Amino acid sequence: MAISITETAAKHVAEQLANRGKGIGIRVGVTTTGCSGMAYVLEFVDKLDVGDQVFEDQGVKIVVDPKSLLYIDGTEMDFVKQGVNEGFEFKNPNAKAECGCGESFSI
Amino acid sequence: MALLKIAEPGGKPVQPQHRLAVGIDLGTTNSLVAASCGMTVETLPDSEGRHLLPSVVRYLERQAPIVGEAAKAAAIEDPRNTIVSVKRLLGKNLEDARKSLHYLPYEFYQTDPSGSPTMLTAAGPKDPVQVSADILTALARRAEATLKGKLEGVVITVPAYFNDSQRQQTKEAARLAGLRVLRLLNEPTAAAVAYGLDSEDQAAVIVFDLGGGTFDVSLLSLQQGVFQVLATGGDTNLGGDDFDRLIADWIRGQLPPPQREDTTIQGELLVIANAAKHALSLKDSVNIAFGSWSGTLTNAEFADLCNIQINATITTCRRVLRDAGLKPEQIDNIVLVGGSTRMPVIRRAVAEFFGKAPLTTIDPDKVVAIGAGIQADVLIGNKSADDYLLLDVNPLSLGIETMGELVEKIIPRNTTIPVSRAQEFTTFKDGQTAMSLHVVQGERELVSDCRSLARFELRGIPPMVAGAAKIRVTFQVDADGLLSVSASELSTGKTAEIQVKPSYGLNAGAIEEMLRASQEHAQDDMEARAIREARLEATQLIDAIESARQVDGDLLEAGEIESIQAAITALQKAMASGSSHQIHKLTEELNRVSGEFAARRMDLHIGKALRGASIDGVE
Repeated sequence: MAISITETAAKHVAEQLANRGKGIGIRVGVTTTGCSGMAYVLEFVDKLDVGDQVFEDQGVKIVVDPKSLLYIDGTEMDFVKQGVNEGFEFKNPNAKAECGCGESFSI
Repeated sequence: MALLKIAEPGGKPVQPQHRLAVGIDLGTTNSLVAASCGMTVETLPDSEGRHLLPSVVRYLERQAPIVGEAAKAAAIEDPRNTIVSVKRLLGKNLEDARKSLHYLPYEFYQTDPSGSPTMLTAAGPKDPVQVSADILTALARRAEATLKGKLEGVVITVPAYFNDSQRQQTKEAARLAGLRVLRLLNEPTAAAVAYGLDSEDQAAVIVFDLGGGTFDVSLLSLQQGVFQVLATGGDTNLGGDDFDRLIADWIRGQLPPPQREDTTIQGELLVIANAAKHALSLKDSVNIAFGSWSGTLTNAEFADLCNIQINATITTCRRVLRDAGLKPEQIDNIVLVGGSTRMPVIRRAVAEFFGKAPLTTIDPDKVVAIGAGIQADVLIGNKSADDYLLLDVNPLSLGIETMGELVEKIIPRNTTIPVSRAQEFTTFKDGQTAMSLHVVQGERELVSDCRSLARFELRGIPPMVAGAAKIRVTFQVDADGLLSVSASELSTGKTAEIQVKPSYGLNAGAIEEMLRASQEHAQDDMEARAIREARLEATQLIDAIESARQVDGDLLEAGEIESIQAAITALQKAMASGSSHQIHKLTEELNRVSGEFAARRMDLHIGKALRGASIDGVE
């Protein structure tokens, strides 16, 4: 069970954490919304919750709650630029379908 | 998928930080910087309240470069170390630079006419990029001091007619100044953006730019948020200075004879003339005094004095309209740019010609910088890009040469940029291990009628039968119209790539010409393409039959050889001189007479492959 992160994404996470001035890492999870079932959650982490799993990759701590981990195990987090837009993207091997906007996915 | 941003714990979105980005009008005579200050975008003054920064840099030994007013003041006493109008030298070699500037007081570092016009100053050799970078640095410092923060990006304006090397050097100057260029924006487009004209669905806009030393007219067409420069015209040596000189000459004509010939008073006369010109923008007549002489100049008299110059500007407008095939009444908006458009005589002439009043509410000196500032604020992400994204289009199709010297268009003309498009190609010959890629631009069907942009090669394709290899060719045009092309063989991942001198080497006139030619020759082009395609198909069939004959010649029956040979000869004759229709017909004929032979070969080879294999094994 693991979550990984690309070097570029790690750099951006580290930068944003430094700018924010606090936080131990980022939380990656899923929530049930969107048009095809699940949506990703991406947050800064100030404290760990019971049961949280912590993965460290490229010097970044990635925190996942156990329930979410079932849906996103093996996911790689990347940072991409699309034209003038930029942000994080998940490559989830579990996702079987994504809705058109990519906001949500189903497995 | 949608791109995510990191949120605060509990799902609260992070307060979007206001990111600092400015627009820079890097002018020939003066430069400005503008930034968003709350609701509006304004130009930023220096500590003494001056908005315009003279584009002049003075280099002294062991000192930081002096930029602006202080440098301008030294231009006469120390011309060698004081670089003025450097914009005219950007992207040019020494020979071109000498032609474009009447008077170059500088000592050049090298004498090779095709080399860069690097100037020898007390602080060492300085090329135009370096000098431009020093001006940009001065503006960036001013912005950072005013906005109290680090700049994250800049939008720099360039004339619509700037070619690729001039644009490239502008970008290099920014990089040298440590600035991140969000995009280069055409000056007339920036002026139109400042007036919010990009929010209209469809409009034809004339941008009339009469500055200190140059005059430009641009005709922009706006369609659904996309600006396109339809035509440009102008005079690189007409500007405010000419009007000062006209008034000075007029005063001189009124002076008593001995003074009239006195050349030493010219400087003083120009100063008085300049003041008179400014006064005439505010009132209808001005009293002028010089020595014992005094007189009055009215706007009507001033109009007579500069009749030739005013007519020249209107003639340019007429020519620009004619180039684009429009009439004055079809112009929806006229934007005035440059300090000289404050002159009522100019405004009146422009209004008369187009039959409507020009837009004048924004200071014509600042309008370009303000437009760039608005654009910078959008591009850095402070405004939603959906509300407000200014798009450009590629003016001509970009494509690649395929067999038979035909053009395969990858990005069609008028596609909004940035854009990325890919297409798969394959090999033409058995065992082909390299592919030569020829990038072309234009609307015509044959390579020879298009403009060649670049050539490069993809090597190391594994040997395969013709048509089996998959080569993906990707064209990418960034927001500044710079094109990069990459080709990669999909099974091995071997990739070759090139950055291409893009659409900008062309001026609007050349683009128009290429479009017109493609329309005029549409019919010929279609037939030319059809013939070449037919020839290709025929060549492939003949090649296939020839190689089959060498391998399985014993399968040919008596008489068959002759009929196939006859069909080949007839086809080859048609390929040399016939129409595409004839070639097609004869190719089919060859296919027919060789059909039996092909069928026998097929049977033989399948038989060989199956011999000795059980039914289970075949499945």
